[in-house]
Amino acid sequence: MSKMNLLQAINSALDTAMAKDDTVICFGEDVGHFGGVFRATSHLQEKYGKARCFNTPITEQGIIGFANGAAAAGMRPIAEIQFADYIFPAFDQIVNETAKYRYRSGNEFNVGGLTIRAPYGGGIHGAHYHSQSPEAFFTHIPGIKVVVPRNPEQAKGLLLAAIYDPDPVVFFEPKKLYRASQGEVSDVEYTLPLGKADRVREGTDITLVAWGAQVPVLEQAADMAEKDGVSCEIIDLRTLLPWDRDAVAESVRKTGRLLINHEAPKTSGFGAEIAADIQTECFLYLESPIVRVTGLDTPFPLAHEKEYMPDHLKTYEAIKASLNY
Amino acid sequence: MSDQRNTNADIVHKARFISGHAMKIPTLRVLQQNGKIYRNAELPDIDQELALKIYDTFLFIRALDERMLASQRQGRISFYMTETGEEANDIGSAAALHPDDIILAQYREQGALAFRGFTVDEFMNQIFSNEKDLGKGRQMPIHYGCDRLNYYTISSPLGTQIPQATGVGYALKAQGKKNCAICYFGEGAASEGDFHAALNMAALLKSPVIFYCRNNGYAISTPAHEQYAGDGIAARGVGYGMKTIRVDGNDILAVLLATQQARKLAVEDHEPVLIEAMTYRLGAHSTSDDPSGYRSRKEEDLWRKKDPVARMRHWLEAKGWWDEEKEKSTLEKYRADVMAAMKKAEKVPAPPLEDLINDVYETPPWHLREQLDALKGHIRQYPDEYKKTAWRLNDE
Repeated sequence: MSKMNLLQAINSALDTAMAKDDTVICFGEDVGHFGGVFRATSHLQEKYGKARCFNTPITEQGIIGFANGAAAAGMRPIAEIQFADYIFPAFDQIVNETAKYRYRSGNEFNVGGLTIRAPYGGGIHGAHYHSQSPEAFFTHIPGIKVVVPRNPEQAKGLLLAAIYDPDPVVFFEPKKLYRASQGEVSDVEYTLPLGKADRVREGTDITLVAWGAQVPVLEQAADMAEKDGVSCEIIDLRTLLPWDRDAVAESVRKTGRLLINHEAPKTSGFGAEIAADIQTECFLYLESPIVRVTGLDTPFPLAHEKEYMPDHLKTYEAIKASLNY
Repeated sequence: MSDQRNTNADIVHKARFISGHAMKIPTLRVLQQNGKIYRNAELPDIDQELALKIYDTFLFIRALDERMLASQRQGRISFYMTETGEEANDIGSAAALHPDDIILAQYREQGALAFRGFTVDEFMNQIFSNEKDLGKGRQMPIHYGCDRLNYYTISSPLGTQIPQATGVGYALKAQGKKNCAICYFGEGAASEGDFHAALNMAALLKSPVIFYCRNNGYAISTPAHEQYAGDGIAARGVGYGMKTIRVDGNDILAVLLATQQARKLAVEDHEPVLIEAMTYRLGAHSTSDDPSGYRSRKEEDLWRKKDPVARMRHWLEAKGWWDEEKEKSTLEKYRADVMAAMKKAEKVPAPPLEDLINDVYETPPWHLREQLDALKGHIRQYPDEYKKTAWRLNDE
């Protein structure tokens, strides 16, 4: 075990996969010698050579197109998109190629070896173009998996699982936690299951669901609510596609209340999907309406970032409102 | 080590702009329309066996395209695309490759697939989206793909295969294989951003890929002169620092020569190569298109006189390798083969309902299984409305 921040845990996962499997290659803008703008790929070129860890020109559609081809030809490419905000030039390659490769070919070909990494979310004063949380777009694409870790230990285990998974995975990393989140992480290889939620805290009065950087926000809000005598159950979804409906439904059947928190805008956010399915599954168990605490339906702001964010205070107030409904 | 830009170019003291048309890239032609070879022309590596295999594939594709076009007109199939007039490109270049070289096609390269041994039944099963289709009935006709023949499955979005070819080539190199990828696309698809991304990355990463542009004059109705202002597609290859050649795409020997040499550069030196082949789409874009609205019969007739199949036949006849009788009997045989395969494929049932959810992921997750179960329940309720699949559910 070593104490690592989330970036070091990502780096450790990449290092572990590259050491184990010659077909793993890491590439993207500034990923090579420099180690990426956040340093997630530090020292990988030194260790594994320029053929396996390298810079690409600034072309997201090229990066993912290249990655699709390499994966189809038997490699395990790990493509970095420098910021999730810049993934959209690659959207066609992801939607029409990555996600459909196996299906459209009748399983003659697949790009299951592919993992796409991208830092997402606010917290670094990055305004519109260095702060977005575009995960919901990707949950609307049958054929890919979407994974978001909440801390270093989770990040390493989930990333390794994503790399070895037989399906292509889009892996969003909460950049706000890159250095802020620290914890003990195993130095050896381990994986955490994809498609399985993680119950972070047990409780009886209300279920709180989030992923990535919003999980610690839920914990903060739950701590405040505990002082009022409210017992919160916290679930980290971890994988958004396919998501662990059973885990959330089981919890809601117990607590009778559900709050979903995400940083992305509210309208058509992934919270809507959870709310729709849980009201179907748990209709007779619900004691108050399912509530969403989210970012506003605006582009991501700069001066008003704090006001925009679905923080612990907004969450705490929503918990109280749900209990007092 | 860091700044390696070329800052040693000649310095001048007057503003002189280089014309966008300063570079005139010549066109390689070996064979004349009458079947005679140009004097002093460099020849590809070709013997009687390879020549006849190429020509045989020409005739098969002519028979296939002719029968499928007619079938679409009769309403037996929904859609088709012919490659009439362009056969020397995909078939000639495929003939220059090793069977383990990977083909990433656009959609008008059925000839390359036929050359590699895709059977007439395999063509028909795909076109009729039946349960024997390798693609499990999921894509429109002509979206072929075959792992056995290293021919990646066609996708409709234009140009997406081009950066993928860069990745495929890189993978082949990383795996230490003495192979390359070939990527086909049209001059229209070369306007997509994916084209530029692909060539730049391939040149930088030294990916062994042959980028083969079929410049056939039209992107559906848009003529090439409304697609680009520069000297065709070839000039761009030079801009990306890539070895580039322009060939007469209706000249089988020129195509073969250029691709054989391109393969050598790709496989031995890890040099990507751009080939721009000047040809003409004699048929419509697809069965949904009617060219009479955007080009003249006169123009078409001009290109019909440059038919690549006839040009090769003249050469074969002059060598004594082919004659009228062989021509007739081979065409008749292939027309009959296609008709027989079509009748057979029409009767094969549609794929089972499970194939609706299989292969979205390696293993169908819970939500897809749940949706399939709900759908089965619904179909059992209305079996007469879902005849294609309802009959299979009775056995369950």
